Amino acid sequence: MTIKLGVPSKGRLMEKSFEWFAARGITLSRSASEREYAGAVEGIADVELVLLSAAEIPRELAAGRIHLGVTGTDLVREKLGQWDQQVQELAELGFGHADLIIAVPAAWVDVDTLDDLDAAAAAFRARHGFRLRIATKYHRLVRDFLRASGVADYALVDSQGATEGTVKFETAEAVADITSTGETLRANHLKLLQDGLILRSQATLYRSRAAALSDADRDTLKQLCQMIEVD
Amino acid sequence: MAVTRSTIRDEALRLRALFEAAGAQVMDPPVLQPAGILLDLYGEDIRARAYVTSDAVRGEQMLRPDFTVPVVQTHMAHGAEPARYTYAGEVFRRQEDFPDRDNEYFQTGYEVFDRADPAAADAEVFALIREALGDLPLRAATGDIGILAAAVEGLETTSARKAALRRHIWRPRRFRALLDRYAGRAPVPETRSALLASADPLADCAPLIGLRDRTEIAARVEALRADAAAPPISENEVALLDAILSVRETLPFALEHLRDISVDMPAIAPAVARLEARVDALAARGIPVDTLEFEASFGRTSMEYYDGFVFGFYAAGRSDLPPLATGGRYDALTRVLGQGAEIPAVGGVIRPGLLLGLRTAS
Repeated sequence: MTIKLGVPSKGRLMEKSFEWFAARGITLSRSASEREYAGAVEGIADVELVLLSAAEIPRELAAGRIHLGVTGTDLVREKLGQWDQQVQELAELGFGHADLIIAVPAAWVDVDTLDDLDAAAAAFRARHGFRLRIATKYHRLVRDFLRASGVADYALVDSQGATEGTVKFETAEAVADITSTGETLRANHLKLLQDGLILRSQATLYRSRAAALSDADRDTLKQLCQMIEVD
Repeated sequence: MAVTRSTIRDEALRLRALFEAAGAQVMDPPVLQPAGILLDLYGEDIRARAYVTSDAVRGEQMLRPDFTVPVVQTHMAHGAEPARYTYAGEVFRRQEDFPDRDNEYFQTGYEVFDRADPAAADAEVFALIREALGDLPLRAATGDIGILAAAVEGLETTSARKAALRRHIWRPRRFRALLDRYAGRAPVPETRSALLASADPLADCAPLIGLRDRTEIAARVEALRADAAAPPISENEVALLDAILSVRETLPFALEHLRDISVDMPAIAPAVARLEARVDALAARGIPVDTLEFEASFGRTSMEYYDGFVFGFYAAGRSDLPPLATGGRYDALTRVLGQGAEIPAVGGVIRPGLLLGLRTAS
């Protein structure tokens, strides 16, 4: 048996994950062919590298098909109901920082807080006959946040990409999206709400609570945890 | 006897037959409901509670999360007055935060649409449901959203503030935040002060994008200016609202307490008189009102659109279980769904599965 470690299959998240493990004596590498999503692990025995889309790692952890996985806090909390019953946070990896925020047009000089957004939404609905639309792909997180904050008269519209552009194209009045520096928001004439921070996210190593472990797997996991210095 | 889906279904139908014998007409609304109406009523929150599905022709549909909305719609479209309805069937609720709770369960309900005597109709629904629950040890809770609503209407403040408070009666946190702001208790955000100090806040703002246009922004700035100029809601009135919200005692004491408050806040007197008439009507139905609990804030966190009398029945000593039965008055819902028409309405539902489980266990 082996311990399966899921790591994002592309880009900076993959490279940074490889660097993080390398600094702890575990060398991860992708197979020579760029097209094949297989990899190699050196520095520890009986650990298998599984390269996956970061968005699929939460589901694979919850199903117990991988034992460990690197993915964003935002994806775990969006995709897994009662996430802490399904996975355990082992370590925050210190990269992939991004905040899930609510932003509105910068020209809305009357809207700076959730309280304002709620009032603007009520007036918007009365005027236009439909609820103020917020474009996002993080439906659960945004809805839970707005419900807890007591904001009403909004509707979430799905946006899987180029979310900041939806306001200009009049398919939404506001957005809820991930931002790291705010550059894209400013370039699209949007601004953050002062109390509109929904979640601070970063790349995190999770352990599945569902994956089966043999005695040998337990030893492997223990050794791995010692190497990466988590309890 | 084991509790199974088929024994629960039998129990649901037995209860429906009881209500039918009491004079109700049977209704059988479809499981799939158009999502638009429910979304309009409850907003985005309903998606966290109901299952949404769709097809390319009809668009979004919901597995019915309750019967009240389709029953009201049918009545408003075709119903003769007065009317009494009963139904039995499954409702579907997502339980992502409580995976141990059922996401699909039976409900049997009884709904009364009658203008003649609202207090008597309230008592009728409460007493019939109490009787249908049998002799299990139960705790009953009652409340009345109408008293808080009347208190809001009676505040000596602007109609804009009253409308904002009314809109958030069912969201206690936002209601409290608004009240604190209108009473001058919460600090004004710096950005707000700067906005109000500016002669023409839209003069050199960022490029205007999106559907919400300059006139809408200007209108809200004007509304904010008017609000800033309005005197704060008095400490005295806030104290009276707090006094109303903290009423929690047996009905005779609650009534006395609310009468005392209405001396200082005459606007709630008609609502208190309605409560009094209801107490009499309940007593006339043989309900032991002297021991019945009343809580002025009961029912405020449910989304059920109740705007008057509200009640719940709980299994004694089983705080782990959801209520066995709930109900209340929803006059405003008939107004929203009636397209101009309206009728006083009150109703309640029983959960036969819970009832059967308790009866089997005892």
